[in-house]
Amino acid sequence: MDFYDILFWILSVMAVGCALGVVLSRNPIHSVIFLILTFFAISGHYLIMNAQFLAIVNIIVYAGAIMVLFLYILMLMNLNADAEPQKGLLVQIAGILSGGTLFLVLLAATKSAHNEEINKVSTNVGLITNLGKLLFTKYVLPFEISSVLFLTAMIGAIVIGKKEPQLKNGEEHIA
Amino acid sequence: MNEIGLSQVLFVSCALFFIGIYGFLTRRNMITMLMSVELILNSVNINFIAFNKYLFAHKLDGLFFTLFIITIAAAEASVAIAIIINLYRNYHTIDVEEVDTMKF
Amino acid sequence: MELLILFRNQRLILHLHFKTNTVNQFLTISFSSIAAAIHNWLALSIPNETLVKVIDLTITGVLLLGFLVILCFFLGYMERKVAGFMQARYGPNRVGPYGSLQIVADTVKLLFKEGLTPKASDKFLFHLAPVIIVVASLLVMAPIAFASNFQIWDISIGVLYMSSVSSIAVIGILMAGYSSYNKYSLLGAMRSGAQIVSYELSVGLSLIAIVILSGSLQLSHIVESQRDGWWIYKGHLPIIISFVIFLIASTAEINRAPFDLAEAEQELTAGFHTEYSGMKFAMFLLAEYINLFVVSAIAATIFFGGWMPFHLGHWEAFNHIMNFIPGFIWFFGKTFFIIFIIMQFRWTFPRLRVDQLLTLEWKYLLPISMVNTILVTVMAIMGWHF
Repeated sequence: MDFYDILFWILSVMAVGCALGVVLSRNPIHSVIFLILTFFAISGHYLIMNAQFLAIVNIIVYAGAIMVLFLYILMLMNLNADAEPQKGLLVQIAGILSGGTLFLVLLAATKSAHNEEINKVSTNVGLITNLGKLLFTKYVLPFEISSVLFLTAMIGAIVIGKKEPQLKNGEEHIA
Repeated sequence: MNEIGLSQVLFVSCALFFIGIYGFLTRRNMITMLMSVELILNSVNINFIAFNKYLFAHKLDGLFFTLFIITIAAAEASVAIAIIINLYRNYHTIDVEEVDTMKF
Repeated sequence: MELLILFRNQRLILHLHFKTNTVNQFLTISFSSIAAAIHNWLALSIPNETLVKVIDLTITGVLLLGFLVILCFFLGYMERKVAGFMQARYGPNRVGPYGSLQIVADTVKLLFKEGLTPKASDKFLFHLAPVIIVVASLLVMAPIAFASNFQIWDISIGVLYMSSVSSIAVIGILMAGYSSYNKYSLLGAMRSGAQIVSYELSVGLSLIAIVILSGSLQLSHIVESQRDGWWIYKGHLPIIISFVIFLIASTAEINRAPFDLAEAEQELTAGFHTEYSGMKFAMFLLAEYINLFVVSAIAATIFFGGWMPFHLGHWEAFNHIMNFIPGFIWFFGKTFFIIFIIMQFRWTFPRLRVDQLLTLEWKYLLPISMVNTILVTVMAIMGWHF
């Protein structure tokens, strides 16, 4: 076995195991920690697959920003295992059945599929120079649109999250 | 199984995808549901990068799809968190089944 | 005579040598030959290629850890002495000559202390948090260039890598604060979360100024681009502004005074590490000193040329004289100069309030660094820099 094969399997086991931890652990804070570990494993996969820039972006955006936000919110609301609502057994079985059967079908499909010849050419395609050149020529329109989307999301989050001034403290406003 | 091919990578991303679906269906805590959605998005990202590497090694389209998915995931998470905060402020819970004002 | 481990297409460089230029041939205390000899010996005696790679990486890791432990001993001593210097007192002066063994005595004390765990704490996260903080600060060490060609991992996006990995420490701090089951810890962690996430923006923007000028994110290229003068001298006023912003923002990012709101003694006892004792507390201390070193090393590399000697344009004679001082001395000299400045901050400025802290970042530093980025871009396009 090659060095990278071993690395790949370690990362895969880590990703799947931590993902299971995300959905199975009762404490939402533990879920967040497991999710962060999953993102690290996924970033490792990206590195193996020659996409260094995306690996780093994945860590910055997910582990560094989104997950910190989640942790922050969970701590502010003081949610822990005691406050965690659980669905009934029926729903869990339904979840396992629907998720599991779809998984099996797709797994069988990928297994029986014709395995494409691996392109052994070690390219520098994932390097940031090429990415940047293409981002500002071919993909410049989606790039700009996504920046506008970001601005909209930012303003939207502030507008939604702002306290409404006309409601007094303790006033009942739910019908 | 010695050589890592496309199918091994697909296996991992497939597993992540359905773990995400299971989490989305069975959890009632909104933030955990959101985390399951992130898991699903990430498994799709792995697929894009794997296809890009194994099938179209000289193009970058898969990487750009991943980049934009990450961008949109960040925007989505920020708005979703704002909605969750508002929900918590109004209902004092983030259990999805408790929020049923408009249901009946 | 290099030991190259190909990490797919990035070069994982392990070769160690002091040589800064061809001029000082006589100074080749060549670590690279030693490393190459070790690698060759391993490759000959062990047929398995994977195992050789693993052993190489292990040796690197052990060397790095040893270096860091010595470094932390030294920084702990230096901090006390600088504090003494600033306050016109002696500092440690009993244990060993000039108190130099004081930090060893402290370490022994910490080792023998009982590691307490609060009963109501979240055990798993409580034990994991210090490890995450230390690992996050260790990961940032990877792309730092200690001397010419002496880097652990010369990743092509080094600057981005460092800013991404350093943002993980906040997760450890939040975990430590939450799992301690203590309101002071939680308050400290929340403050620190808001602080680190917002100050990261200014750090990133001030580093981007240099990336624009040098045209590369790879640290070895950035150092190489300063062969005819350091950026702080070549880049005129905008780079000086971004250096000052970097110093302020990175001091805030590593939670040092005057931005140590996360562990403000007078208000929060010790903030997020109130409940930690013994070795786990020592790990927080270790992480703090590693972070201090890493931040200073980044500033030295980006703004002051890293291991590059003091060169002035094309004054060949002057440059050759400067080349006689080996690169690692330049690197550590610059790094410790910046560490000295940051240590002086601690005894110079009073601590900020939380609202002042956030006002400073969002109303002053961020707009200034954004305008500064535009200035640098204009400068790079017009070619106004040297």
